Amino acid sequence: MPENKVEFELVSPEKLLVSKDTDMVVVPGEEGDFGVLPRHAPMISTVRPGVISIYEGKTVSEQIFVAGGVAEVTPTRCTVLAEQAQPISEIDPAVARQSLQDAKEDLADAKSDAERKSAERQIAVSTAMIRAIA
Amino acid sequence: MASLKDLRNRISSVKSTQKITSAMKMVAAAKLRRAQEQAEASRPYAERMDRMLGSLADSVAGKAGAPALLAGSGKDDVHLIIVGTADRGLCGGFNSSIARESRRQITALKAAGKTVKVLCVGRKGRDQLRRDFSDLIIDTIEDIAKPALKFDSAQAISDRVIAMFDAGEIDVCTIVYAEFKSVISQIVTSQQLIPFVASAKEEDEAKAGAENDKLVYDYEPEEEKILADLLPRNLAVQIYKALLENNASEQGARMSAMDSATRNAGDMINNLNRVYNRTRQAVITNELIEIISAKEAM
Repeated sequence: MPENKVEFELVSPEKLLVSKDTDMVVVPGEEGDFGVLPRHAPMISTVRPGVISIYEGKTVSEQIFVAGGVAEVTPTRCTVLAEQAQPISEIDPAVARQSLQDAKEDLADAKSDAERKSAERQIAVSTAMIRAIA
Repeated sequence: MASLKDLRNRISSVKSTQKITSAMKMVAAAKLRRAQEQAEASRPYAERMDRMLGSLADSVAGKAGAPALLAGSGKDDVHLIIVGTADRGLCGGFNSSIARESRRQITALKAAGKTVKVLCVGRKGRDQLRRDFSDLIIDTIEDIAKPALKFDSAQAISDRVIAMFDAGEIDVCTIVYAEFKSVISQIVTSQQLIPFVASAKEEDEAKAGAENDKLVYDYEPEEEKILADLLPRNLAVQIYKALLENNASEQGARMSAMDSATRNAGDMINNLNRVYNRTRQAVITNELIEIISAKEAM
């Protein structure tokens, strides 16, 4: 592996989505975004719904939306486990708005705590998705 | 002795059976390849999840207030057994060996005075367990791999199990499935899901150990919160993994069962053909004898 690069991996349960060497990655952590540069202190953080930005040099080369997950950072590596991920360019605004609408209806119809919780989670994801493309 | 016409009918029916089994074998082979690819694709996630959980579990081990999914509910009374089988038969001993292992466990737990609940994934498991334990089966989930096995379905099962665990309805959860070794060998495995047991794969740890030993992680937010978030995810991943293995095993078992069925049909056709030819010759000989003896008598 080349020096001064971060090995970034984005993994979903269904497959390994991204695996590449990057100069910097910005991850939306639960308690605020954090940038990962080479020789970052090892840490584990939860990830909120938001956008992961991958930097080549000083510019953003790729932006990927994730619907929450976990990130593991070591001095040479940054691994993000996410259930759902999608490049920003592939998000359809109409679909995102529709899913927010559906989630709001689900919340209104929710009878049990579990249903309410999953609807709320869906609202948070859809809102973040809309904000990401705005 | 069977007449020539009967034999002809039998040969043609065995031939059409052979066509069906060989077609099923090919279908199973194609599905097996897909199932294997899927199982392989899910491996990186499970491995990394394992690694993170391992280091997290070490750091909270022994501390008070560890999440219940890790520490258990403190009791050992009610066991939930998830029985993963196929929806369809014709796959050799696949379903029955899983059902047999489940039955053995249920009987042992009952003998030890525990309460047992059974959640069947796949019709065939329910069909086989219903006879003895119909009162224990709480539900059956069917057609999970149709059209394709999705992570969402595993997530749904895991949400349900967690809801039951949180409500205090179950204390221990185990999943029984067949691990895919090769087309001819599937190993029935039972894995405890709740409380969480770190998978102690020695070769993995030796590999990861060299790198991880010197790393002390920062946690953001604190360990307990991450664990509370990670453990339910891990449960879903483990269930997903088991279902994927099961899916591959099912196709593998079906493929080898159908392969031997095709071969058996071939043997049978050969035998029937021999009998058919012998009978045909006997009939001809008989006719000749009749003609000759009639001629001689004249």
